[in-house]
Amino acid sequence: MRVTRFPSRAAGLADRMSGFIAHLRMNGMRVGPAETADALAALTTVEATDAKQARQALCVLLAGDADDWRRFDELFDAFWFNAGKQRAETASTEHVRVQSAKPMIWQKQTGEAQETESDTDQVAAPDPGDGEAAGRDGKLIATRAANLSRRDLREVIDEEALKQAEKAAMILARAIRDRRSRRRKQALRGPALDMRRIQRACLARGGEPMDLYRRARPPRPMRIVALCDVSGSMTVYSRVFLAFLKGLIGSGTEADAYLFHTRLMRVTDALRDHDTLRAAGRLSLMAEGFGGGTDISGSLDSFLTGYGARALNGRTVVLILSDGYCSSDPQALGDVLARIRRKVRRIVWLNPLKGWRDYKPVAAAMQAAEPYLDAHLPANTLAALAALEPQFRKL
Amino acid sequence: MSLQDIQQGLAQVGYVADDRLAMALHLAQTLGRPLLLEGPAGVGKTEVAKALAAQRDARLIRLQCYEGLDASHAIYEWNYQRQLLAIRASEAQGGTSEAQLFTDAYLLKRPLLEAITEDEPPVLLIDEIDRADEEFEAYLLEILSDFQITIPELGTIKARSRPIVILTANGTRDLSDALRRRCLYSFLDYPPRETELAILRAHMPQIEGLLARQIIGVVQALRKEDLEKTPGIAEMLDWAAALSGLGVNDMARSRDEVQATLVCLLKTAADYDAAPPEVMGRLIGKVA
Repeated sequence: MRVTRFPSRAAGLADRMSGFIAHLRMNGMRVGPAETADALAALTTVEATDAKQARQALCVLLAGDADDWRRFDELFDAFWFNAGKQRAETASTEHVRVQSAKPMIWQKQTGEAQETESDTDQVAAPDPGDGEAAGRDGKLIATRAANLSRRDLREVIDEEALKQAEKAAMILARAIRDRRSRRRKQALRGPALDMRRIQRACLARGGEPMDLYRRARPPRPMRIVALCDVSGSMTVYSRVFLAFLKGLIGSGTEADAYLFHTRLMRVTDALRDHDTLRAAGRLSLMAEGFGGGTDISGSLDSFLTGYGARALNGRTVVLILSDGYCSSDPQALGDVLARIRRKVRRIVWLNPLKGWRDYKPVAAAMQAAEPYLDAHLPANTLAALAALEPQFRKL
Repeated sequence: MSLQDIQQGLAQVGYVADDRLAMALHLAQTLGRPLLLEGPAGVGKTEVAKALAAQRDARLIRLQCYEGLDASHAIYEWNYQRQLLAIRASEAQGGTSEAQLFTDAYLLKRPLLEAITEDEPPVLLIDEIDRADEEFEAYLLEILSDFQITIPELGTIKARSRPIVILTANGTRDLSDALRRRCLYSFLDYPPRETELAILRAHMPQIEGLLARQIIGVVQALRKEDLEKTPGIAEMLDWAAALSGLGVNDMARSRDEVQATLVCLLKTAADYDAAPPEVMGRLIGKVA
């Protein structure tokens, strides 16, 4: 039978509620002492002896966003019905002496579950806090979802990971999309008054500033040009990076995507295809020689002389996704990057190798490229991709 | 007012609320806290406020948010032109009193100020709050926590009655923690089959049982497909109205009408292409 183990010092409902709030906080929800009082107040307005109502009321009150909303039931069960593990982090706290206390008021609801559970599960002893096998059916709240996403991208590629890569790209693109000009221009609505126009309009009103004109800072979105390496050494990452490119294209930002190995091809239109399967088909047709050798400098050079004239301007961020293993002359790479640099705002190199421990840019090409980069960032895990957002805000 | 009362009251005005939403509305009314509703487009977030207003027989004050919404459009503004006219007029008569210029007569009330100066508590709907700028959220904080508005020239205006505040968001932008903490929260998702059937029946009591089941079945199946714009409840109701208006009783026997009325349901060309007659036939076949 399930039991709730409260610290023996927990005196009454208020104390237990603050324990519950602490439990939620430990699991990453943003709640504090004020919410404890609110929760108690909320329980007085519903039938608090009905577990379902209490659960709903607390969920409505304490959840802050859609994530919390979905997790709340598990967290609630974990605390009040002692299902699953209580803590997300490893238990670094002192051993609290606990007592076995049956939640008498909610006995009815726990009743159904009692039969199904074997007696051996009745643990009156303190929670060992070892983080293993505390739940029965995957209710281990302790296991972090992040475990999966922290592995290197080439180890795990599934639908979910591709979706996450797409999402990370959208967040990145959004981070640099919402830029505003420093200058103010006349606008219908805006925070500032346009004194020159107001004064001019005064003349028609006998010197009274009757009509108010305004000025605002117009949006000046940044563009993204992404160049993705799909050569042999990058094949393990290419699916995720393709998903990443697709996210960039679909983010509503002005974005342009290219693939290269020994040649360069523009894939913006193929990626814009909403039908993922058809997009994949078009891509594979285009990427003949996918997984061969690399000629980074040659590809960049043909980009610069071809598409570059139209694709690049002073508000462009160039993203290069490559590991920097290159068969051509490293000096040529430096030269072409220097030329690109003159035309664009920023050059960012996302390197899947950079996330490895003890990475040094030993590849000659990387050494030649480094002086021209505004940022050289790791991109070997989904977490690393997602963590690029603050970096991009600064660009 | 108990939970069942709320659910029944909403059902009378044609809104089918699940248990959690009823609880959220109950708490919003008893605790006097604003309620933040999130969820995909077309699940009836805005309708909650309308139904609540209809059920309580209260006034619905709606503030539609957009990018660039500022305090003068949402809270209050001085009627500048009228003030100038008053100055001119009093100058002509000789002697002007500046104190008279900042009174209620020259104050243009915008939705938020209007909501807290009503005698009967109205329902205040702040729609798509995530479209407004972050600065606007900061204005809202004072109003939502204390239900008062400070006007420098007049002083602080306290709410005569506490409005029931409903905020909706679509996830265009992340809302600030400060705002989230002041609100109750409820996430509305696409309803399960039975609930949606009940919604359809509430809106169109005359619809045939078979057609209703087919409509819900097809719509629910379409939501699982990879569409650009997933059809919401409003689209479903439009489609149902179109089909029953055309006198369709059984989808399987009137494929042409089904295909022609799909414009009610699918709102982009790509989605429309994704549902050719064969696909629809398969979906209808599955339901039947």
